[in-house]
Amino acid sequence: MQDILKKATVIEAGATERHYWRELWRYRELFFFLAWRDILVRYKQTVIGIAWALGRPLLTMLVFTLIFSKLAKLPSEGVPYPILVFAALLPWQFFSNALVGAGESLVGNASMISKVYFPRIIVPTSSVIVSFVDFLISGVILAGLMVWYGFVPSWHILTLPLFVCMAFAVAIGAGLWVAALNVKYRDFRVIVPFVVQFGLYISPVGFSSAIVPEQWRLLYSLNPMVGVIDGFRWAILGDDNQLYMPGFSVSLVLVVVIFISGVLFFRKTEKTFADVI
Amino acid sequence: MTSVIVAENLSKKYIIDHQRKERYTALRDVLADGAKRAVSKWFRPRTERDDPEHEEFWALRDVGFEIHQGDRVGIIGRNGAGKSTLLKILSRITEPTSGKVSIKGHVASLLEVGTGFHPELTGRENIYLNGAILGMSKADIAAKFDEIVTFAEVEKFLDTPVKRYSSGMYVRLAFAVAAHLDPEIFIVDEVLAVGDAQFQKKCMGKMRERHEERTILFVSHNLNAVRALCNKALLMENGKVAAFGDTVEIIEKYMEGLDEQGEMSREWPDASYAPQNSISALSKVSLCDASGGPLQETFTNTQLNIQIRFVVKVPGSTVGITLILYDSQGNCVFSSINNNDSEWYGKPMPIGTYVTTCQIPKNYFNDGWFSISINMFGKNYSEPKIENDILRFHIQDSSEIRGDYHGEYCGCVRPCLGWDTQALNNKGLRGL
Repeated sequence: MQDILKKATVIEAGATERHYWRELWRYRELFFFLAWRDILVRYKQTVIGIAWALGRPLLTMLVFTLIFSKLAKLPSEGVPYPILVFAALLPWQFFSNALVGAGESLVGNASMISKVYFPRIIVPTSSVIVSFVDFLISGVILAGLMVWYGFVPSWHILTLPLFVCMAFAVAIGAGLWVAALNVKYRDFRVIVPFVVQFGLYISPVGFSSAIVPEQWRLLYSLNPMVGVIDGFRWAILGDDNQLYMPGFSVSLVLVVVIFISGVLFFRKTEKTFADVI
Repeated sequence: MTSVIVAENLSKKYIIDHQRKERYTALRDVLADGAKRAVSKWFRPRTERDDPEHEEFWALRDVGFEIHQGDRVGIIGRNGAGKSTLLKILSRITEPTSGKVSIKGHVASLLEVGTGFHPELTGRENIYLNGAILGMSKADIAAKFDEIVTFAEVEKFLDTPVKRYSSGMYVRLAFAVAAHLDPEIFIVDEVLAVGDAQFQKKCMGKMRERHEERTILFVSHNLNAVRALCNKALLMENGKVAAFGDTVEIIEKYMEGLDEQGEMSREWPDASYAPQNSISALSKVSLCDASGGPLQETFTNTQLNIQIRFVVKVPGSTVGITLILYDSQGNCVFSSINNNDSEWYGKPMPIGTYVTTCQIPKNYFNDGWFSISINMFGKNYSEPKIENDILRFHIQDSSEIRGDYHGEYCGCVRPCLGWDTQALNNKGLRGL
């Protein structure tokens, strides 16, 4: 009886907690398989899958350009307005799709969670990858727009991956919060579409954050997506667009807080998922 | 012999919330309750603290056992005895509240066939996906791919989405993936109940392979399957281990215990713990007499009405019921679907409670013990929710069709069949 206690897997309250990262590494392939499944299903079912990924940002961009530039006559910072809008739509849609996708992911995979063991964090994080594929497709549209307007980006574009990482951090952090809350409080799902819709208007997607009065800008940056979007604009639009550093720092700190607290909260609640889902 | 699984004082507690309709909470209820509590605190600051709405329920209590390498252990017991909770803890799906288990070796658990199968994906894609979910590496799956396909007999349909598979093919493919995990410890829950007899035999054979090294934990209501596969059995009762030892002995003990307590009616007052799928939930199953009153005793000449009451949760759902009847050995006597009911079957049902009744004529059963399982399903037999062992009843002997015979009848039914005897060629006889 004693020999088994060496080299054996021990199951007891809190055991999963102790080997968390080692377990996650062991299941890394599952992460890619789930992402692969979601992408496959999404683009397999219909051609609409791709049309949807292409059409949604394009139409939103057209409407925003029409409303904010032509009707409201907002300044464009010296770049074509469609490009100004699209540079912000890219991270915004990535964030909002990821939030909705991650929120639904655990409940949508309920049978897997109640029948098989694996680190649960794989499910919401792999669903974010699907949104990232949409993000890449939208990126191609942006490249097309830049060619169309003959817009040449500056060296700033090389820093874009950093801001993509920032977008990932906020998407995963917020996604984990929503996913865990959604399992526990099933009516949480009605809040997510509201947050997404509301967020679109309080984030500088259709306009440049430079039009926000100077004294309010720091407060405005408490919305972490402001920092992400400003960063994307700075990287893509180049010298014409100034990065407001105090505000950006506030957003960056918040992004880190959201990411870390999201992971911690998820880890704290995930033990009970199989019992309540 | 080396021990591969050692469980010590294993316990698992659930909190039952009597007010809740579902297992999960709604945020609006939490907010509303919080507000209510704050208000009542303000007006009546010294209310007592005890809380009748929440009740502790120990699904497992101080369970301990030791399983050696190569043991094939059948876990048996009534519904709610804690078998599923035990399997869930051993497969690490949920953590115990206290106590611990040490497991040596790679565990594969098959609590459901085809977990993670996606209907839109092809057989090939699902093999990879399911393999990854069950913990196989990509290289492993690739190496065993051909073997899996041959075992499942689905070569021709590899590139067809599994939504077009027959249920038999689906189960075969799902089991084939799991069977090729080649684990040191294999945990299987009831899944063999599906699939045709020939394939079941093949699965049993596959599980018995390398039986010197491989340890198997097998939960089933089919005592014959337990007898055929297992050399040891673990009997669970009310969250505790009632007995552990030689299969034949333990099964005998289990069946003796059953003889004492039949269950003619079963009700789920708390909807969150009732057997359910996304559209409907069972609320009561009971044995009734011809006029719908509850039965206390049943005889071979009693007309049995089995009333199944269920709740439709989603408006416009169509809900069907299959009744499956087993004898005391776990052999299926018959199954019957309520699809010849013309009132509601296949029609969209508004939210509410419904009762469907299966009428079994008198003089149908032989005397003995029988049990009932129910499969509740949605449109086109989707979302089947099978609940086993809901009722268990003893049919007592009656003399109605016995005539002058006083011995035993063999078989599980004792129908009153028409007999007709005629004398032939009687003219010749008369001449004698």
